[in-house]
Amino acid sequence: MVNNDIKIGWSRAEMAQKVALDIPDGSYVNLGIGIPELVADFVPEGRELIYQTENGLLGMGPVPEEGKGDRELVNAGKKYITAIPGAAYFHHADSFTMIRGGHIDICVLGAMQVSKDGDLANWSTGAKNAIPAVGGAMDLVAGVKRIFVITQHVTKYGDPKIVDECTFPLTGKQVVECIYTNLAIIDVKKDGLFVREMAPNVSFEYLMVKTGAKLNQYIKAKV
Amino acid sequence: MINKQINSLSEAVADIFDGATIMIGGFGEAGSPIELIHSLIDHGAKSLTIVSNNTGSGHVGLAALIENRQVAKTICSFPRTANSKVFPELYNAGKIELELVPQGTLAERIRAGGAGIPAFYTSASVNTPLAEGKESQIFNGQEYVLEYGIKADFALVKAEKADRYGNLLYHATARNFGPIMCTASKIAIVQAKKIVGAGQIDPETVVTPGIFVQKVIEIRNPADESKLVEEELSYPW
Repeated sequence: MVNNDIKIGWSRAEMAQKVALDIPDGSYVNLGIGIPELVADFVPEGRELIYQTENGLLGMGPVPEEGKGDRELVNAGKKYITAIPGAAYFHHADSFTMIRGGHIDICVLGAMQVSKDGDLANWSTGAKNAIPAVGGAMDLVAGVKRIFVITQHVTKYGDPKIVDECTFPLTGKQVVECIYTNLAIIDVKKDGLFVREMAPNVSFEYLMVKTGAKLNQYIKAKV
Repeated sequence: MINKQINSLSEAVADIFDGATIMIGGFGEAGSPIELIHSLIDHGAKSLTIVSNNTGSGHVGLAALIENRQVAKTICSFPRTANSKVFPELYNAGKIELELVPQGTLAERIRAGGAGIPAFYTSASVNTPLAEGKESQIFNGQEYVLEYGIKADFALVKAEKADRYGNLLYHATARNFGPIMCTASKIAIVQAKKIVGAGQIDPETVVTPGIFVQKVIEIRNPADESKLVEEELSYPW
């Protein structure tokens, strides 16, 4: 029986905060569209991170005050942003030189599906009447050193997003290093998926029910 | 004397012919040369191949060009946005062709086209449906796919500042595809918010050197695309 008084899992903001905690000081980071954008709100004190947006800005700052947006200063999701002091603008070929050339340390992306091997599907359901749109996702997973995924654990229909094999068309194969969901943080290792942390009131058994692939627990060192 | 400045929008696009390949700058509305696009609608050239990151919003700018049935094919990375209605309808009706290209590959194909490089290898799209049918090769143990440079007959680009030589400065993230599209097209047509006298742009700050630009026109107050979309306006007005 579900007790509605007990909060299960993390909010979107809490998920974003978990991701932010894992980004080392001094990193150059690209944030995808949607939940990944929230990560920028939670840089831990004492760390300096530089955000790249692939439409041509290194040093993306916070969202501007209402009414102060510039139509020509937007992020990859085409939302208003600001540029921090020390920022740089550049054209698209330079932007993807940063990405494909391996100069960006971490990219945080949304997901439709992630497989046990770290395969990512996040651009198309492959449905017949869907308009395929890929943007920069394939270039990011191919070129950025570390790929973090932030996503709800299941779809809005309750289907697992973490699966044995992706059924949607792939964005990249064996690219995801870590998955941050509303229920858990899961590391993608060579020998499988390992649960690093579970959200409040989430049990390993509950997590397994919500996951379409085998989950492993880290063996706790004896005290 | 070299003077690339022209004074009317109709003159700016007059040479565009049916079947031409045209690169159009912009990432969404940032950097979209809306006045030049509307002038191309007035001009009426048909069966165009458009190379652009998106396919426009509402019923103005690039979306209006597509709605006016002047576009046979689009080469782009993200053909839908929150307000794109025109492209999805025509695409689902089989009335427009789409070549979907990862954004970085699109940028590099344009850069390569402008730099005289016919083809190159990239790891983007390996193991995905977008790599199907493409030649691939292993370098240092990693797989790459072969992609071809793109050249265009024309480019339509929006800049912040220009001079009569065609030297360009851009504004913020409106730069996006503009500089590389100027290099990859035979005739780069640029609308700039301000045309200044020769020598008034510091050579140290020039983003696009004038050699890559053939025509510049001053459009001091370009239309605000989002506002036009909000007001549900359609071009031609």
